[in-house]
Amino acid sequence: MEMNQLTIHELQKKIREGETTSLEITEALFKRIEAVEGKVNSYITLTKESALKEAEIADKEIEKGNIGELTGIPIAIKDLMCTKGVRTTCGSRILETFIPPYDSTVVKKLRGDGAVFPGKTNMDEFAMGSSTETSYFGITRNPWDLERIPGGSSGGSAAAVAADECIASLGSDTGGSIRQPAALCGIVGMKPTYGRVSRFGLIAFASSLDQIGPFTKDVEDCAIMMNAISGYDPNDSTSVPAEVPDYREFLSRGIDGWTVGIPKEYFIEGIDPEVSAAVEGVIKEVEKLGGQCREISIPHTEYCVTVYYIIAPSEASSNLARYDGVRYGFRSGEGRDLLDMYKMSRSDGFGAEVKRRIMIGTYALSSGYYDAYYKKASQVRALMKGEFERAFEACDVILTPVTPTPAFKVGEKLDDPLQMYLSDIFTLSANLAGIPGISVPCGFTESGLPIGVQFLAGPFDEGKLLQIAYAYEKNSKIEKRRPVL
Amino acid sequence: MKITKHEVEYVAHLARLQFDEEEKEKFTSQLNDILVYMDILNKVDTSGIEPTTHAIDLTNAFRDDIVKESVGTEVTLTNAPDKFGDCFRVPKVIE
Repeated sequence: MEMNQLTIHELQKKIREGETTSLEITEALFKRIEAVEGKVNSYITLTKESALKEAEIADKEIEKGNIGELTGIPIAIKDLMCTKGVRTTCGSRILETFIPPYDSTVVKKLRGDGAVFPGKTNMDEFAMGSSTETSYFGITRNPWDLERIPGGSSGGSAAAVAADECIASLGSDTGGSIRQPAALCGIVGMKPTYGRVSRFGLIAFASSLDQIGPFTKDVEDCAIMMNAISGYDPNDSTSVPAEVPDYREFLSRGIDGWTVGIPKEYFIEGIDPEVSAAVEGVIKEVEKLGGQCREISIPHTEYCVTVYYIIAPSEASSNLARYDGVRYGFRSGEGRDLLDMYKMSRSDGFGAEVKRRIMIGTYALSSGYYDAYYKKASQVRALMKGEFERAFEACDVILTPVTPTPAFKVGEKLDDPLQMYLSDIFTLSANLAGIPGISVPCGFTESGLPIGVQFLAGPFDEGKLLQIAYAYEKNSKIEKRRPVL
Repeated sequence: MKITKHEVEYVAHLARLQFDEEEKEKFTSQLNDILVYMDILNKVDTSGIEPTTHAIDLTNAFRDDIVKESVGTEVTLTNAPDKFGDCFRVPKVIE
């Protein structure tokens, strides 16, 4: 095994026992990146020079005995979290040359823990997409099948972990952008409760839905990452001042006596038979572990795509108003006057999907349509949230598929926005309700594509998600495979 | 049609975007499909339901009005597409 193929906890053990160093890990990682990046394109920006320096500094700290759980571990960052002095593009031409003057809170926390930063990962432009095909910096390909998409919008972060181009990574999840690519790339991905992780320095898409979370090779690493990034931040007034438990403590507790809800609305027609068979397998495994699975109902599930695709673009149209070619970012040509300059810069700087969503959002918020769209969607959101609250009164967690199908082909849905939107059907509700969710590998299709299962829990119950995910991962007979590149 | 080309032009202006004729046609048809799909919300009875705009109940976060360190003018201007002295430079605003 090469060092870059190991998990955080395996590497930490080796570092503590003096069997390897951060420099050795980081060098192995860049050797891998140089070998496969031409095929996968996980990264927008690589920071080899500073990463090697960070590794040397980490090794000095380790020599002194200052070893935290992430000291010397290379972690990739989705390119919408600000990194001081390293350009942060959001996958967009409009931020192609933007160099943030400060670190986002999550990056600051990881830096404080001694992590190494190999680079910034590719993503759908402004996180708007489910396939990482809308990036201005080219598409990312699925390491399991280069003809297919890795999922999105955090496709680069997911592909980088799956292809061993980093040990773990951070992504963001507005409607499934962590859980969906994690499932399609065969790794673990968690979207925490809204407010659990600071969004300070996260370039905003839809502020009432966005949340940062980790991609890891296993569930234990997910707990380690959650320990590192969670917590209140005075710079984000929507982060919640609730106590953060040690997430590792949940791992080995088991789920004996738990009630696991299976929402019937998530097992719809059109779901790929191999996906539904894999998820049925998880249900059986959960019962063997002492969980009681019972059918529940979240009746408003069928409206989640509509509610989401009104609320998210509405918030986006407002958030993206700041890109005007004045203070930072791309400015187009010599506009005749200020208004002309705004329009030219925004029209040339944003890609088609971003413009489509700005248009939907502007329309939904415009005078005469606000009540019919935004207000109506926010009311249905309230109904859905209530249904989840009632479900968690009776269940410890909910179990669902992550995606209706395995990874689809590059280009397959790019020209059909509605079909693309429908691929998020099982992940959107968690963002609308603000609850946490985790995607865990649960098998492969006959053609070798990964399949994921999703667990959802009540607000701030990330511990429960890690508990059931770990129990499942330890006891399931899912074959360990690596993509061949 | 839920949305006409004329409305697309109006919304584009509100959003400070501009499109050529071909794009306008494409957007009109795509937005129309999306808006037709969204009509299913009309099936839901929402009378008397308070809208949820944030998933987690939050109260306003007050803080003391204290001057803190900021990045300063020089750093703030480093990302400017055009600048003059300590200012962002833009095309003329008034005739």
